[in-house]
Amino acid sequence: MKTITRESRRDFLKIAGTTAGGLFIGFNWFSCDSPKVEVLSTEEVLAQAKPFNAYLSISPSGDVVIYSPNPELGQNIKTSFPMVVAEELDADWEKVRVIQANLDTEKYDRQLTGGSGAMPHSWERLRKAGATAKYVLVAAAAKMWNVPAVEITVENGIISHKGSGKSGHFGEFVAEAAQMEAPEDVQLKDKKDFKIIGTPVKNVDADEIYTGKPLFGLDFYREGMMHAMVQRAPFGMKIKSIDDGAARAVSGVSDVVQFGNSVAVVGNSTWPLMKAKKLLKIEYEAESTVESSADHDRIFQELMANGKSEVKRQDGDIKSAFQKASKIVSAEYQCPFLAHSPMEPENFFAHVQGDRCELIGPTQTPDRARQTAASILGIPAENVTVEITRLGGGFGRRLRADYVEEAVHISKAINAPVKVTWSREDELTGGAYRPAVRYRFEAALDENGRMIGYKLRGVGMNAGNTTREHNFPSGAVDNLLIETVNYESSITTNAWRAPITNFLAYAEQSFLDEVALEAGKDPVAFRLELLDRAKNNPVGQLGYDVDRMIGVVKTAAEKGNWGKNPNIKQGFSVYFSHRSYVAQVADIEMQGGTPTLKKITAVTDCGMVVNPTGANHQVRGGIVDGMGHAMYTNLTFENGVPKQRNYDSYRLIRLKEVPEIDTHFIDSGYDPTGLGEPALPPTGGAIANAIFAATGRRLRSQPFIEQKEFSDIKLEIRRS
Amino acid sequence: MASFNLKVNGKSFQVEVEDDTPLLWVLRDHLGLVGTKFSCGIAQCGACTVHINGNPTFSCVTPISSVGNSEVTTIEGLSENGDHPVQQAWKEVDVAQCGYCQGGQIMQAAAFLKQNPNPSMEEIDNAMNRNICRCGTYHKIREAVALAAKNK
Repeated sequence: MKTITRESRRDFLKIAGTTAGGLFIGFNWFSCDSPKVEVLSTEEVLAQAKPFNAYLSISPSGDVVIYSPNPELGQNIKTSFPMVVAEELDADWEKVRVIQANLDTEKYDRQLTGGSGAMPHSWERLRKAGATAKYVLVAAAAKMWNVPAVEITVENGIISHKGSGKSGHFGEFVAEAAQMEAPEDVQLKDKKDFKIIGTPVKNVDADEIYTGKPLFGLDFYREGMMHAMVQRAPFGMKIKSIDDGAARAVSGVSDVVQFGNSVAVVGNSTWPLMKAKKLLKIEYEAESTVESSADHDRIFQELMANGKSEVKRQDGDIKSAFQKASKIVSAEYQCPFLAHSPMEPENFFAHVQGDRCELIGPTQTPDRARQTAASILGIPAENVTVEITRLGGGFGRRLRADYVEEAVHISKAINAPVKVTWSREDELTGGAYRPAVRYRFEAALDENGRMIGYKLRGVGMNAGNTTREHNFPSGAVDNLLIETVNYESSITTNAWRAPITNFLAYAEQSFLDEVALEAGKDPVAFRLELLDRAKNNPVGQLGYDVDRMIGVVKTAAEKGNWGKNPNIKQGFSVYFSHRSYVAQVADIEMQGGTPTLKKITAVTDCGMVVNPTGANHQVRGGIVDGMGHAMYTNLTFENGVPKQRNYDSYRLIRLKEVPEIDTHFIDSGYDPTGLGEPALPPTGGAIANAIFAATGRRLRSQPFIEQKEFSDIKLEIRRS
Repeated sequence: MASFNLKVNGKSFQVEVEDDTPLLWVLRDHLGLVGTKFSCGIAQCGACTVHINGNPTFSCVTPISSVGNSEVTTIEGLSENGDHPVQQAWKEVDVAQCGYCQGGQIMQAAAFLKQNPNPSMEEIDNAMNRNICRCGTYHKIREAVALAAKNK
C-alpha cells in the first residue's frame, strides 16, 4: 500500500479536494502540528473545524464528529451521508455527532443539493473517508500495543486485539493516529458486512425539530440585525415611479431602499414591514412582454403548429412509418406553471462590511450564493462566507440566489446586518417557476399493434430542451422523431423537483397507455414488449438500463396485483430519472358507483438503499408531491402577475387527499443513486391511467380538478 | 405602540408592539421563540399552531390584543424535556423530512389528543387535515398521532 508523507498531506488534500472524483478526506489532526484537542460543544467543534479540510474528526473522548457538506432540505442527506462514513469507520452510531459544514469549495466538491446527485457523487469518497480513518486508528493501536495491525478488529467504535486482550475506544488512539501515515488507497468493506448502511437510522436533527429549536434560516436572529421585505415588479415590467411616503410612516419602518426594479422596506421587526409593503405605491411600465395565461395557451398552439424546432433525436424513416401505419394515435398534453412553495419561505441573512460579506441561510447552492454576493459587491469570492442552515424544503427554488442577492443589496445600502424575509405571497409571485409546457405525441401502429413510429414534439417556456430524447421509449421504436421548441417568456422559470420529467413522464406514460389500449394490448404487456425490443435489438442510443427498467415493471405488476381483481381499476406508469427507476400502480376501486383511489404501489430500483426510513420518505413524499400537483395545483397569470397568491387559492395536497402508498425496493446490487426526485415523475401518469380505466375519461392537462373531463367525476380518496 | 403582558409557556412577558401584531411575530421577533413557524400568514397551513388555553390556534392571524391573560403554549413549552407523548411518537415514527411544519403538526396533534384521547383514524385525519406538509409526510403524521394516542 502506498503512503503519503506527513509533509505532503496538506498538498494532497488540496489537490484531491479540487479534482473531480479525487478522494477528499480530512482529519483535522492531519494538518495540525499538535494532536487533536478536546471537542465538546457544537460551537467549539465548529470553531475548531474552520481551518481544516474535514469530513470527520474524533475527540479524545471517542466522540466522532462527521461534517455533512450538502444542504439538507428534507432529503435526509444529513443523516445518510454520515451513515456511510460511520459504516466504513465502524463507529458506534450513538457516539456520532453530525454537523452541517459551511461552504468550503477547497474542502468539498459539489456542495449543493439538486438533481438527486449527492449520494451517487459522494458514495465512494464518503466510504474512503471512513475507511482511511479506521486504517490510521488501527495502525496507531498496532503501534501502541506492539501487535500486528492485521490481528486488530474494530467494532462499534472499539478497537480490539484478541491475542493480547487489549481494547480501547477510538479516542484513545487519536493522538497516536495523528503521527501515522495516511494510506493513499484503502480497502473498503464488503457490502454484506454493512452494519449501519441499510438500517433505519433516525433523523439526526429530530430532537431539535420536535422541540422547536432554531434550525432554519428564518430562525436566525442576531443582535442589531435589521429585517427587510421586498416588493418585486410584475414580470416584464419596470418601475416608473415610487411613492413610499405611507410606507415610511409606519411605526417600526426605518428605511426604504430601491435596487433594480425592487423596493425594500427595512425595520426592526417583521410585522411592520408586512404592513408597510402594502402601502408602497409603485407605478410600473412595460419593459418586455407582459404575459397572461391566455397568451401562453395561444403561444403554445401557434408554436406547436409552426414553431421552429430543434431535432433532438431521429431514428429510421419516420415519414414512411406513419404512411404505412394501420393506425395512428395522437394526443396533446399541457401543464401549468407551478411555484415551488417550500413551507419555509425564502429568506437570507447578509452582513456586508467593507470588502467582506457574511451570508447565513437556506440555500441549495451555497457557492452560487457566494459568487452572487461577490459579483454584486465587486469583491473576491473568498471574502464571502456562507453558513448553510437547515432548509424548510427547497424543491429547486433555492437553487436560485435571487433572495440572497436582495439581502446583499440591502445590507450594503443600510450598512447593517439584515435578514430578508419573503411572505407566502412573495413566494408565489416571486418567480423562478416550473414552466408550463405542451407536448404532442403521435404513434404509428402496424396491423399487429406494434409501435413502428413515435413522434414527440415539446413546446416549452425558457426550458431549452423539453424532452429526454434518450429515455424510454427511445431505443424500442424503429422510427422516431423527438423535437423541441422554445419560447422565451418574461416570467422567470427554474428547475422544479424532477425538472422536465415532472410533467413529461406523466404525459408520456399517459400517452403510452392510450397507445396500448388502441393497440388492444394490456398496458404492462405493451411496455414489456417495447422493453424487450430495446433489450434484444436496440435502436440507437439508450439512456437507460433496460434490465433495471424491466425489473421494476415486472415487480410493480406483481406487488401491485396488476390485473388480478376486476373490481379494482388500475393505472400503470414507469419512469427512469436521476439514475433511478420507479414503477407505480394506482388502484381505483368502484365503491357504490364512486371511484375511490385507494392505493399506489411503488417499486423502486435506486441501487442499494442506504437508509430504508429515508428512502421510504422520499418515495412516499415524491408520490404525494406528484399527485398533489397533478390533481390540484395551478398558477395562472394576469398581466405578468400570478392570480394565486397564497394557499387559499394555490391549493396544496392535504392529509385527507393521500391514498395508501405501498413501497418496495429492488436491490439490484448497484451503488446507491439519489431518491429526492425519481418517485415523483411516474405518479401523475399512474393516477390518470387509473382514472381512465375507472371512468373512461382521459386527462391530458393538469391540474385534474380543473379539467372539464374531470368535472363530474367524484373521486374519493381513502387510506386504509 | 402599546404594552402587553403575556403568559407564554408558564412565564410572564411584557412586550411593546402595535396592537394588531400577530402573536406569531411577537413570539418570533420579540420573545425569541422561533419554534412557531411562519409560512402562509393567513391561517391556511398550520405551521404557526400554538395552544391558547389548550386550544389549537393559528398564531399568524391572532392579534396580540386578543390574547389577554390567556395561557399561550408553544412547541418550546409543550414539555420540559421534549418528551411529551406526541413528541416521543414523532421521534419513534421518524416523521420529519424537512421538518419545518412539524412543530405546528405536533401542537395540532397534542391539542387534538387532549380533547379526544381515543380517536378513530378518521378523526385523526379530520384533525390533522388543517396542517399542510409540503414534503408529504402525511402517512407518518397519521401513524405518529395514532401511536401517541396508544402510548399516552
